[in-house]
Amino acid sequence: MSVTPAIDTKAAANGSKRKKSLVELLFEGRAFFALIAIVVVFSLMSPNYFTVSNFLIMASHVAIFGLLAIGMLLVILNGGIDLSVGSTLGLAGVVAGFLMQGVVLPQLGVILYPSVWVVVILTCLLGAVVGAVNGVLIAYLRVPAFVATLGVLYVARGIALLMTNGLTYNNLGGRPELGNTGFDWLGFNRLGGVPIGVIVLLAFAVVCHILLTRTAFGRWLYASGGNERAAELSGVPVRRVKIAVYVLSGICAAVAGLVLSSQLTSAGPTAGTTYELTAIAAVVIGGAALTGGRGTVIGTMLGAFVIGFLSDGLVIIGVSAYWQTVFTGAVIVTAVLLNSIKYARR
Amino acid sequence: MSALAETAQKGEVVLAARNVAKSYGNVHALKGVNFDIHRGQVTTLFGENGAGKSTLMKILSGVVQPTSGEIVLDGEAIAFASSSQARDRGISIIHQELSLAPNMNVRDNIFMGREIMTATGVDFAEEERQTRLLMEELEEDIDPLTPVEDLRLGQQQIVEIARALSVNSRILIMDEPTSALSASEVDVLFKVIRDLTNRGVSIVYISHHLEEALQITNHAVVLRDGTMTAYAERKDIDLEWIVRHMVGENFDLGSPPSGYDKGDVALSIEGLTVPDPGGADYSVVDGLSLSVRAGEIVCIYGLMGAGRTELLETVAGRLKPSSGSVKLKGRDVTGQSIAGCIRDGLVLVPEDRQRDGLVQTMTVGRNLSLASLGAFTRGLFTSAARELDLVGDAIRKVHIKTDGGDAAIGSLSGGNQQKVVIGKMLATNPEVILLDEPSRGIDIGAKAEVFKLLAERAKQGLAVVYTTSEVGECISIAHRIIVMRRGRISAEFGPDVTKEQIMAASGEAVHAH
Repeated sequence: MSVTPAIDTKAAANGSKRKKSLVELLFEGRAFFALIAIVVVFSLMSPNYFTVSNFLIMASHVAIFGLLAIGMLLVILNGGIDLSVGSTLGLAGVVAGFLMQGVVLPQLGVILYPSVWVVVILTCLLGAVVGAVNGVLIAYLRVPAFVATLGVLYVARGIALLMTNGLTYNNLGGRPELGNTGFDWLGFNRLGGVPIGVIVLLAFAVVCHILLTRTAFGRWLYASGGNERAAELSGVPVRRVKIAVYVLSGICAAVAGLVLSSQLTSAGPTAGTTYELTAIAAVVIGGAALTGGRGTVIGTMLGAFVIGFLSDGLVIIGVSAYWQTVFTGAVIVTAVLLNSIKYARR
Repeated sequence: MSALAETAQKGEVVLAARNVAKSYGNVHALKGVNFDIHRGQVTTLFGENGAGKSTLMKILSGVVQPTSGEIVLDGEAIAFASSSQARDRGISIIHQELSLAPNMNVRDNIFMGREIMTATGVDFAEEERQTRLLMEELEEDIDPLTPVEDLRLGQQQIVEIARALSVNSRILIMDEPTSALSASEVDVLFKVIRDLTNRGVSIVYISHHLEEALQITNHAVVLRDGTMTAYAERKDIDLEWIVRHMVGENFDLGSPPSGYDKGDVALSIEGLTVPDPGGADYSVVDGLSLSVRAGEIVCIYGLMGAGRTELLETVAGRLKPSSGSVKLKGRDVTGQSIAGCIRDGLVLVPEDRQRDGLVQTMTVGRNLSLASLGAFTRGLFTSAARELDLVGDAIRKVHIKTDGGDAAIGSLSGGNQQKVVIGKMLATNPEVILLDEPSRGIDIGAKAEVFKLLAERAKQGLAVVYTTSEVGECISIAHRIIVMRRGRISAEFGPDVTKEQIMAASGEAVHAH
């Protein structure tokens, strides 16, 4: 019962009868077992932890980081890093809020109230544009990913602050007579008891998993992350792949921004500060290599749930926020330590 | 050092390898080599790529440990745990790729890692004084405070030598020291070498420029395929002797395939000129024209820097030519992207398989299928079953020894890794295949297999162009042998050419500069 499908197929294809030792099994599925351990420990410590309603609440918290982490995984598989996702999340929320308040067109003397679907699409487009800026800077202008996305981090955050003058858009519920209600649907509604945000996360995870495992693009991404020169000489359009991953990461951040501002029914310009670090942590805990070419969606999802369930668990049993930070850091370092042991063995 | 020279008799054996063997997994890089280094004399190691020269040098200088056998220093068996231990005993190595920090100055490079310390920090004044002394000794006018990146390559080499001397090295190993030097720099280097030997320093010299090495050496040792095939003193040998022992007389890499009609011209290169990718103002390929027919095998021979790699990379779409054209079956493909060239049937197997050929993070199968993803993608999705067929097919056709497509790339031997790179490109069903040094770093058996495979595919109508820097590989399966020198074709031969003729045309057998 190993965790990632890649390992399953590997074992099956080898056709070897020998069983993996317990240590190996624990090691391969370390993110999965860490998650189980977290759930067991907190369930023993608090009766409120192991309940359906608590799991759903925790999952809707995870949805935000999870969406960012999926985009981050694509970028990290490519051998890059995207520090701008937290700011993009914040900017997306602010732009959505701005559109919901109505767009004044002074020349025509009218105020446009775009419907929620238009707002969602425009916000996703914004995320794509921010990602495209990252991608072009990195792929064509050869700016190191770390620096390019660090710059965009500041620019996006600055624009969000400028747009709101530092204030927050409240009351994003819309009004029936203007025909723009429904923004809170993403954050509050449930389908079969499951919060929409969680469903969005699962949908993104499934699509991304298929993208990585069943399409030529996925293969291009793994190849160019593993060895860009070899990929290029094999005919992989490495620059287009690079731009695509940053665009997808930007879209993921925009969707996360929509879900978050919908959950809060308000959009603040400082939302999502330092979330990029949590997203990177989730990807790393999920077993991806920061050097590129290795990592899976399932691993990343486990990583996101490990971080989310751990910090919510600490809140439930009443551990101070300061200790939560210390625990999260320890988990990240341990994960990277295990990764380096794993990749060194090859 | 002068004291050493006086007390010890010149010519006695200072360092010796006794029955030294080294294996990397199943690859036997060295198979029991005996080798002497004489005090105050130059010993040159001759051998083709992959003959084991570098491995032997790494063992002598403590970089790697031998699997069996021993190293004898001054009559006493020793084992170096690291290169710094070897350095402490007076053995230094200057690698082909210089190991200087270009951003730091000459003084800091020479004392890197063993700075002269006082109570208040590094004694820069003393370091500078010693550096000046060293430079005077070497008769080089290099200021100790010059950043290394501002020095010419030849001067950088001198700095490396100065660094080796500054630790009182009495045995200096030089791996291809002249490959990047100009003629006048080579003269300076040789003068330095003569001075050093007069002072009792022993030199081990490795070079592909045979004639040049013969000028300086006292002893010649020839390695082939991990064993020492010949030893002689300078006065007893000539160029022909070296080539004969280097290449071997009996080894057969096949002959040009025959018994079929070659097709029309598949690849035609017209007046191709490529500027130096590094930005220097000369052309690495200079107005070169060549045409290759379907079913024909063409070998391009040339020394390092002759422009072979740049020629192939330009034809395959990686570099852009400044003028000239490339036509594939009469269709102009000049300046087309790599992906476009692959689609049209023009593929390149790059020289450095680790850097340019393989994706180490992916399995054997995924590497093999990487260039032909389109062949098993239907609509949006790849088909696992079709990919499995393609991979299985490639493994069979190219004879890759592997546990299957799911094996890790790192589990394969060098020869089999090379076959993966070739198999990946053959899986695209090309019309023309370009191979840049396909035999580099693989053992002789794998070489023969690769050549046999290419001959078979040529019979089926594939046009094959391969480069090599080993003369023996020219006279094998190639129908035509092209010799390149400084970006141009300097000679063209049929398969009945001799090794000496090829070497003369490349500028190797005459003085190279």
